[in-house]
Amino acid sequence: MSSPLVEVQDLNVRFVTRESTAHAVNGVTFSVQPGEVLCILGESGSGKSVTLRALMRLLPANKARISGSIKVDGQDVLALDAAGLSRLRGGLVSMIFQEPMTALDPVYTIGDQIVETIRRHKGGTKAAARARALELLELVKIPSAAQRLDNYPHELSGGLRQRAMIAMALSCGPRLLLADEPTTALDATVQIQVLILLRKLQADLGMGTIFVTHDLGVASEIADRIAVMYAGRIIEEGPVADILANPLHPYTRGLMASTVHGQSRDRDIDAIPGSPPDLRQLPPGCAFAPRCAQASGDCLTAPPEPRYPAPGRMARCVQVSAKTPEFA
Amino acid sequence: MINLFLRRLMYAVPIAFGVSVVCFSLVYLAPGDPLQTILPSDASADTIAMVKAAYGFDKPLPIQFLKWLGRVMVGDFGQSIATRRPVVLEVTGALYNTSVLALFAVPIAFSTGFSMGAIAGCFPGKWIDRVLTGSAVLGVSLPNYWFGIVLVIFFAVEAMVLPATGMGANGSDQFNFLRWSDARYLVLPVITLSMVPIGIIARTTRAAVAEVMNQDFVITLRAKGLSETAVIRHVLKNALPQVLAVMGLQFGYLMGGSILVETVFTWPGSGFLLSKAIINRDVPVLQGTILMLALIFVATNLLVDLMQSWIDPRIRRT
Repeated sequence: MSSPLVEVQDLNVRFVTRESTAHAVNGVTFSVQPGEVLCILGESGSGKSVTLRALMRLLPANKARISGSIKVDGQDVLALDAAGLSRLRGGLVSMIFQEPMTALDPVYTIGDQIVETIRRHKGGTKAAARARALELLELVKIPSAAQRLDNYPHELSGGLRQRAMIAMALSCGPRLLLADEPTTALDATVQIQVLILLRKLQADLGMGTIFVTHDLGVASEIADRIAVMYAGRIIEEGPVADILANPLHPYTRGLMASTVHGQSRDRDIDAIPGSPPDLRQLPPGCAFAPRCAQASGDCLTAPPEPRYPAPGRMARCVQVSAKTPEFA
Repeated sequence: MINLFLRRLMYAVPIAFGVSVVCFSLVYLAPGDPLQTILPSDASADTIAMVKAAYGFDKPLPIQFLKWLGRVMVGDFGQSIATRRPVVLEVTGALYNTSVLALFAVPIAFSTGFSMGAIAGCFPGKWIDRVLTGSAVLGVSLPNYWFGIVLVIFFAVEAMVLPATGMGANGSDQFNFLRWSDARYLVLPVITLSMVPIGIIARTTRAAVAEVMNQDFVITLRAKGLSETAVIRHVLKNALPQVLAVMGLQFGYLMGGSILVETVFTWPGSGFLLSKAIINRDVPVLQGTILMLALIFVATNLLVDLMQSWIDPRIRRT
């Protein structure tokens, strides 16, 4: 196998304030191959967006303490100086954000914002960059693209704005695309269109992609592999079909049980009892143990080590190898 | 854009009319009779009636207003009761003198205040922010006439490097742009007048910049790999409409002149004229000056409005 595009080793992110320290990301390790789509699945506060932002060092430098190692295309991201970082951002790696409403500068036109990115990384004349921007808007299937170029963000609908955002992210041919819940803020019908577009562009351009979402349906639509995060740790990882068919971690199983999947209408959805732990005071053991029906004494002493019941599958649960004989 | 200009201009007309009504009636709401100052205390009833008729004070108020407005429209504000000179000359002369100060105070105050606020807003909580915001608060809080007197004591009385009062070699007569030595007369009043606008603009800019810095799109700009300079350019453009609103007000205040500062430096500007008119109960001068200043405010607001919607297209729609 070729060398991975992204290699994250033992990534830790803490947010330090005078009053407290929040352990947002705790020992996250994963890798992404070129052209592969990894979905990071998790609920709010599970550390998925923080992990994504850490990859581009977009976290506020004065509050966030990052340790571990992040390598993108062989470059040590945490060791880059300002100039190297600026080349990496938008060039090698680019990001799509959740809220297209607030993620674009309201007082510059869509065209200006794309042109600016292109000229920053590729140089060239304004006219050439504008021609390229037009191509990009057509690539993301924005109707009457030439006029849209001179529109301000507020003049576009949410779906078009997100397409413009995608065009901007693709403008400099990134090898890695980071998508932070790009469809969450959109209407359901627009959501699926944007998702299909992203999947197609990703495949056509061969970009490695990390896609953060809390939506199992979205994840199953776009992912090659899924990593499930809980309280700042990846608690399960594996190919999308395997995870959906056979979740190993009790939390992943709980997530699947809590979706609508053809139950009778009068039945309540099986929600996971309790709520996620306070990131400022994580329990010493498995962070999910307080909500887990199968928790035993071992779960409370130390976070479970990763277990690998099958090639490409990982879960951090003490019961995994014992309970899944088909993988043993 | 032209449509927008015409629409805003149409809004300005009723405002200007309202202002003129207020100007006209304010004087009648104030206690005291303007005729008292020009009539001897033992004037007979006939004389009073005659003078009243001569100035048109015997007509009903709406008629007086319309007649006054009709004359004002053609630039005739009547005659000063105190000096007997046409009010237009009094007001334009005073406005000219004040605008000489404003011509220098506006660029100095606006650029200094904006730069201070922008730097402070880019580094919220850092020592540079504390120093700049602290000086801005000081600028707003110090009474500027007191500050003017302190400057006079230091630079005119003690060091004797700058003149204490007046507008030029001929005293408070006429400022001459072509005489280089007259520039020395500007230094102290311009510095004194700049203090408050610097402080207010710096604080507004700081707040606006710090707020924009926290918006999501700034992360997008960084994620695009833009240099910090380019990011700050985006932030400043976003912060500018808010700052312009405050700058417009400050411009109006500077054109209105400061009664106290102009008195300290014996600079016969619009503030000085207003105070004289109030003391003398010189109704026509008072009306003329207030109306002119109010119209300057209306015009400035119109201009600010247009600049804001030129910078931020979201404003155009509302």
